[in-house]
Amino acid sequence: MRPDKRGYFGIFGGKYVPEILMAALGELEIEYEKAKKSKSFKRELDYYLKQYAGRPTPLYFARNLTRFLGGARIYLKREDLCHTGAHKINNTLGQALLALKMKKPRIIAETGAGQHGVATATVGALFGLECDVYMGEEDIERQSLNVFRMKLLGARVIPVSTGSRTLKDATNEALRDWVTNVRTTHYIIGSVVGPHPYPAMVRDFQSVIGKETKYQLKAIKEKQPDYLVACVGGGSNSIGLFHPYFKSKAKFIGVEAAGHGIRTGKHAAALLMGRVGVLHGSKSYLLQDGDGQVKIAHSISAGLDYPGVGPEHSFYKDNKRARYVSVTDKEALEAMKLLSETEGIIPALETAHAISYLNKLRTKKGQVVVLCLSGRGDKDIDIIKGII
Amino acid sequence: MNRIDKRFRDIKEKKGKAFIAYICAGDPDISATEKLVLEFDRIGVDIVELGIPFSDPLADGPTIQKASQRALEGGVTLGKIFSLISSLRKKTDIPIVLMGYYNSVYNYGIVRFIKGAKASGADGIIIPDLIPEEADELIFVARQCDFKTIFLAAPTSTRKRIKLIAQKSTGFIYYVSLAGVTGARAALPTHISEHIRTIKHLSSKPVCVGFGISTPEQVKRLSHYCDGVIVGSAIINRIEKSLPDRPKAIRDAVIFVKNMVRGVR
Repeated sequence: MRPDKRGYFGIFGGKYVPEILMAALGELEIEYEKAKKSKSFKRELDYYLKQYAGRPTPLYFARNLTRFLGGARIYLKREDLCHTGAHKINNTLGQALLALKMKKPRIIAETGAGQHGVATATVGALFGLECDVYMGEEDIERQSLNVFRMKLLGARVIPVSTGSRTLKDATNEALRDWVTNVRTTHYIIGSVVGPHPYPAMVRDFQSVIGKETKYQLKAIKEKQPDYLVACVGGGSNSIGLFHPYFKSKAKFIGVEAAGHGIRTGKHAAALLMGRVGVLHGSKSYLLQDGDGQVKIAHSISAGLDYPGVGPEHSFYKDNKRARYVSVTDKEALEAMKLLSETEGIIPALETAHAISYLNKLRTKKGQVVVLCLSGRGDKDIDIIKGII
Repeated sequence: MNRIDKRFRDIKEKKGKAFIAYICAGDPDISATEKLVLEFDRIGVDIVELGIPFSDPLADGPTIQKASQRALEGGVTLGKIFSLISSLRKKTDIPIVLMGYYNSVYNYGIVRFIKGAKASGADGIIIPDLIPEEADELIFVARQCDFKTIFLAAPTSTRKRIKLIAQKSTGFIYYVSLAGVTGARAALPTHISEHIRTIKHLSSKPVCVGFGISTPEQVKRLSHYCDGVIVGSAIINRIEKSLPDRPKAIRDAVIFVKNMVRGVR
């Protein structure tokens, strides 16, 4: 589905930004609408997705995991095999091409786990764009490998010491930078959040995940899925998998981070525990206190450690198109181990949340589950080596 | 008649310009804010903007971010801000405009917010992350009780947008002097006067300029082109410098603002 003209999915979305950004959002909207209709843009993006990022990514039948869980046939959509190690590059390639069309010589990004930062730094290097990435100090510590990668790729990593010292405040700082340098800078938002047109645009760039899944299942004469499972922080890999199946019968399951436990107050489950509010440019479910102050989220996974969520997910929640569940830090760590041992695939901690939920999902033999393996786990070694 | 309209009418009769002071409500505490507003009234400030502290003030630079944080740490809530205004209204008639982020308003409930603000004695609202297109309900409710909705125009606004902003603004139009966040700057962009002329050409409503203004000289120069000048971060810097000595912080801020006010006279 498309958002309405004002960028709303039902009551969620919109443009809640300082006036100074309206010209740039208007320009981006026009450029993106043009690109959507343009065959040459599609050709160009397809070229980079295929030759540079390594698409299509495999749809792997996880035989051992399937046997271990004893229910549905489980397929893993291997976004971890994308160049840079996660699905984030699908979006940054698209947005970088738009930045070139808008003649913006500089790109900026926020990052939590550092995967979006790396994917942005990568396209910055590829297309010769100046690149600054905002990252919370806590995330810089826990995802140091990605910080190093960004620097090696020629980006500046700007530490953010305010507030949560994680993704939320990195996004605040990136927005402040954009407000200041909007004439020369394109802000590559890394998830399906932010003001319109970002949520719809990022979703469209990530929809390649679900589109490939569809034809790959067909190609091996497998039935279309009964369940689609993915983790949800801002929600880009999940929407990317879900969206092409919007009109199908597949059940969507989004897995949020329950942190220490959903009743402890230390979690990042915006859809399950939040109330509708406005943060970072759009109206959506949000973790906030009684006075409307945004709460600090918690998750062991930096990429899910965010108090908000994309507006389209809020829409899916309210109209029950998707079901949202949560998985704790501890369960995610166990799942990381499980997938590593059964399939020889080390998933990112974010992705491990989705994997963990497979334990609770009651499926029958003969059913099909597709799980978006959104990223690989190398970046998380520092976090887990003291725990596992 | 709304106090803001009345103030601009009086200023116009005297052929003067408005000086508008922004402080963050509850920074460093509610009683300091009360004293500052009363002092500002005494030394000739025309309108006070009271900031509603928010956890994620994305249009603000470090000065106001820190002020918001101090206020939040002190336990300020919207309810306390409304009580502060009620208590101020027993002592002063200075126009008071609230300035805060949309989530504070939305979370409180738009109708409840405007009714509460109006009943406490506030005269209008500025929301830096709310464009007129997203403000239908707010405008509808505000119009019923003559509560002013002040929208912001920016250097990047097209003529079409300026027209919309002017049309939806009541009380005055807030022109943002620069591309950026709030915060004192040594130098301001050179094209401010042209932008203001464009806005004044498209609307007869008062136009006030804010963001980055930090010296009496800047205030004086800008007041030639516009109807009012807004200073915030520069005042808060004075407060911050003298903390934790609260009486001194208030005294220093008042002396600083007094010099600024002279810039528009």
